[in-house]
Amino acid sequence: MAAINRDDVAHLARLAHIEMSPEELDRMAGELAVIVDSVKSVSEAAGDDVPATSHPIPLNNVFREDVVGHTFTAEQALSGAPDSFEGRFKVPAILDED
Amino acid sequence: MTELNNSELIRLSAAQLAAKLAAREVTSVEVTQAYLDRIADVDGQVNAFLHVNAEEALAVAAEVDAIRAAGGAEAEALHELAGVPIAVKDLIVTIGQPTTAGSKILEGWHSPYDATVIKKLRAAKMPILGKTNLDEFAMGSSTEHSAYGPTRNPWDLDRIPGGSGGGSAAAVAAFEAPLALGTDTGGSIRQPGAVTGTVGMKPTYGAVSRYGAIAMASSLDQIGPVSRTVLDSALLQEVIGGHDPFDSTSLTDRLDTLVAAAKTGNVTGMKIGIVKELHGEGYQAGVENRFNESLELLKEAGAEIVEVSCPNFKYALGAYYLIMPSEVSSNLAKFDGVRYGLRVLPKDGPMTIERVMGATRAAGFGDEVKRRIILGTYALSAGYYDAYYGSAQKVRTLIQRDFDAAFAQADVLISPTAPTTAFKLGEKLDDPLAMYLNDVATIPANMAGIPGLSLPGGLADEDGLPVGIQLLAPAREDARLYRVGAVLESLLEEKWGGPLLAKAPALDSSSTTAGGSN
Repeated sequence: MAAINRDDVAHLARLAHIEMSPEELDRMAGELAVIVDSVKSVSEAAGDDVPATSHPIPLNNVFREDVVGHTFTAEQALSGAPDSFEGRFKVPAILDED
Repeated sequence: MTELNNSELIRLSAAQLAAKLAAREVTSVEVTQAYLDRIADVDGQVNAFLHVNAEEALAVAAEVDAIRAAGGAEAEALHELAGVPIAVKDLIVTIGQPTTAGSKILEGWHSPYDATVIKKLRAAKMPILGKTNLDEFAMGSSTEHSAYGPTRNPWDLDRIPGGSGGGSAAAVAAFEAPLALGTDTGGSIRQPGAVTGTVGMKPTYGAVSRYGAIAMASSLDQIGPVSRTVLDSALLQEVIGGHDPFDSTSLTDRLDTLVAAAKTGNVTGMKIGIVKELHGEGYQAGVENRFNESLELLKEAGAEIVEVSCPNFKYALGAYYLIMPSEVSSNLAKFDGVRYGLRVLPKDGPMTIERVMGATRAAGFGDEVKRRIILGTYALSAGYYDAYYGSAQKVRTLIQRDFDAAFAQADVLISPTAPTTAFKLGEKLDDPLAMYLNDVATIPANMAGIPGLSLPGGLADEDGLPVGIQLLAPAREDARLYRVGAVLESLLEEKWGGPLLAKAPALDSSSTTAGGSN
């Protein structure tokens, strides 16, 4: 498996929406390289015949009755929002202005 | 009314407090106030609490006292633990108190709803003393990753109380609460229990609703009890457990024999398995000694000790550090500076939502959270998914098979909870990998969804600090842990001449007079 480098971390930070300073990228790349190296053996542990487990206790088709239940009022839903306008979340511009 | 002074009152177990409350030898207001006074006295040193909920706790206590004083059907219908106070890890959402998850990104946030476990505490009329400190979003093994400063271990204030639930464990160990709620994703209830000399239980995955616990890694997270005795954890799990339609991973099984199991009083004929891979090399000598001593006591009590092997456990830590961050990166995407919590605007340039998110998450998350989000984003990215996340999920199957084979030979498995006693604050902060190794013995249970209990096993000879003994059982067999745990606890306490926490150093009182400190 490939090692993780500074460019990878910069790319991943963009994907994860976390702004990082050049110093932070340097430090994070070093730390993550050590961690990624330590988990490498996992890819060799199991053969193709071993099924994957995504959930520890198998449960299938968990449904509920299709009835209207309790929902938050707009006021409750907006109670922790950093910004709102006329009962809605107020979001910064989705697209760049130019 | 009572012959006990406050210092004696706060040292009673939850079961003892419940009995005194029911007999009206003490009032809930007296008990709750005694704990609030203790918090005011010692929490300046311990920093277990992020928020103290004095007014509401005293109001609930007064309500319980009024119902008991009036007598009749309503008093009869009170829950056994009514009026017994409890602390709650600040990862669990509560109406009327802030919930921070130990993060700056949620500073000042108030949840518009209660977690299911909180609703159950309210239904049982247990006064909630406040919210306890944790590693940010429960990511850590020392509580040093809290954005609100570390919690200190009551046994030695220069040492860590474990993590992520160091606040809940330290609060219970420092007699600031008789009970607490924790959450356990890789050991965050059990490892703090081990290093603070308290009891911590991770129930079977799905046995306690996770609705309202801020998700870290959804396939691993579990809410559970923190206490000073095994019986107290059983009592608390029966309060908070049960099916919840709001959590689609909640089990429909009703685990209602836990308290009875804790009162069984024998382990005769039970097979207890030592896991070859979960002790020995890498474990501190004093931890091994206490572990061997517990084995001897169980053997003398009539249990059969067998040795089992779980060869795939050597991959557990690596697989955990792929699965957990993958789920973290997805679960924490919701902190976007739009719906709740912090919003930080970029210093210059265009104010687009992408840039606001980047600035918000940069300022709101701490280093460990960022590390795990980046690691998870990496493990899930195209080209690496099969090698990392996919392989880790296969290891999860291998770990479950190891447990299946082990439980074919033993009713319960036993190991040290953590490889070492509490380390010094700051000692492992710059070495994430060394920090991760603390959870080597606790992680397999989360990977397989099985229950695990940690109870105090004594003090390590070399440093005089608490050692935890971990018991593991098959899924849905939580009762076995309470049965064996309570027997081992009574054998050990007989040997020590009382509870382990009686040996803990007294904390200096910052104020000498008690009372009226809310």
